[in-house]
Amino acid sequence: MSLLALEALHVSYGGIKAVKGIDVTVDEGELVCLIGANGAGKTTTLKAITGLLHPAAGRVMYAGEEISGRKSFEIARRGLALVPEGRGVFPQLTIEENLRMGAYARDDKPGVAQDMERMFSLFPRLKERRAQTAGTLSGGEQQMLAIGRALMSRPKLLLLDEPSMGLAPLMVEKIFEVIRAVSSEGVTLLLVEQNARLALEASHRGYVLEGGTVTLSGDAKSLLGNPQVRQAYLGE
Amino acid sequence: MALGYTMVYGIIQLINFAHGEVVMIGCMTAFSVIVALAGSGMPPLVIVGLGILAAVPVCMAVGYIVERVAYRPLRHAPRLAPLITAIGVSIILQHLALLVWSRNVIAFPQIIELKLFHLGSSDNSAAISNVQIAIILVSVAMMAGLLALVYKTKIGIAMRATSQNPLVAGLMGININNVISFTFVIGAALGATAGVMVGSYYGIAHYQMGFLLGLKAFSAAVLGGIGNLAGAVLGGILMGLIESLGAGYVGDATNVCFLNQFLPGFNDVCLASPESSLFGSNYKDVYAFIVLILVLVFRPSGLLGERVGDRA
Repeated sequence: MSLLALEALHVSYGGIKAVKGIDVTVDEGELVCLIGANGAGKTTTLKAITGLLHPAAGRVMYAGEEISGRKSFEIARRGLALVPEGRGVFPQLTIEENLRMGAYARDDKPGVAQDMERMFSLFPRLKERRAQTAGTLSGGEQQMLAIGRALMSRPKLLLLDEPSMGLAPLMVEKIFEVIRAVSSEGVTLLLVEQNARLALEASHRGYVLEGGTVTLSGDAKSLLGNPQVRQAYLGE
Repeated sequence: MALGYTMVYGIIQLINFAHGEVVMIGCMTAFSVIVALAGSGMPPLVIVGLGILAAVPVCMAVGYIVERVAYRPLRHAPRLAPLITAIGVSIILQHLALLVWSRNVIAFPQIIELKLFHLGSSDNSAAISNVQIAIILVSVAMMAGLLALVYKTKIGIAMRATSQNPLVAGLMGININNVISFTFVIGAALGATAGVMVGSYYGIAHYQMGFLLGLKAFSAAVLGGIGNLAGAVLGGILMGLIESLGAGYVGDATNVCFLNQFLPGFNDVCLASPESSLFGSNYKDVYAFIVLILVLVFRPSGLLGERVGDRA
């Protein structure tokens, strides 16, 4: 059984039908990516999964249970974490406080403290600046913080929205290293990316979104070799 | 009291004009309890303590209901709508209080015997009363408690997180509705305590007292930098100083007899009432608002306010 399944999902956003009946599944332990151009409905899909938007039709199933229509804090407490587009760190909280908020729904203090140290060893830059406010960080550092914050909840499913957006190439590489590491630890990931090559190279499977519908899907390797994908998204 | 304002503003960017009424209700509730117990022979401190204990939950309930009924439905409305609602809520609360406690000015029973402590040796030196000392101590304690709550506890951090980005706060598993309710309840509890202090300081209570108090606390919060807790306390202290010193010195400076030395024409008035002045302590309230206007003109972010441009 899949951990996450979108069934004929329709989502409207500001009067526009942004997602028009997509079926997507993510199995436990998988790294799946959604690629597509601007406005294809990728971010809208993630918002519908996390309860920030409510689907117009269709269902979001998570761990065998329908979660569409629930509030986002309830969904988050079931082990589903989103790293939002534009990172969404709390600019006036310190790095430590941001990470603590990631673990808001957890009660085991020693576990949280342990995970905090784990995040600091994963992102040494954050450790150096732990008492600074997040607004003073660079874009890449904020992205690390946003990922670290999401991991602090010990998610079963981690959703990433455009993690490479606006970052320097070196930083993008570092972020994708982290994504692969997280995936190899057994966390299930759904990755939304405009950088199709990077996303497909890191993923097991992929879906191509176009105008709110899934036009192609399959094995990441075969998508990388697909002439249509190569032409439209890999710039060849 | 400015603390309550600033706190609610800081979290949801709403000027809660009904806060003054919460203070008034706190004052009135404590009044009822104190009057009821005054003859019971309990020690006065215990009675005042019970008054506060009664006022706090009543105000918390009021704060919760107001948020739930009046503000929550408007959370996504343009900012003007909740502002107008706040004024409406304040009128409703005033008239509820009118129904319960009548429209008379009620004398707050002075059950704690007033003792003056002189700072100098003579009886004319600056003096401070035991009630004033108690008020200062309680204010300091509230300030410390609030700072600890907002900066050290998980719910406090969640309050700040919610104020910065409610959507993402929801993604963290934070129930923002609970956090906002909690903010209102704490703000109201502070208001209740403030109400009891105001009542025991001035010795009177009236169903419309909240209005002026509210405006003054708002001025104090703006002076200190709205949304900033330390600023609210600083603003409150400065506002108090400005009021008393302003009333005192400007009063002396515009004393009719004093003016008579430079400007003829005040002679008759000076002879008739040598104590009167043009802008004396009757104008006390004016100084608060002059300050508010000056702050808004020259430093809208307040003394300790963060510049809005700092947001990343």
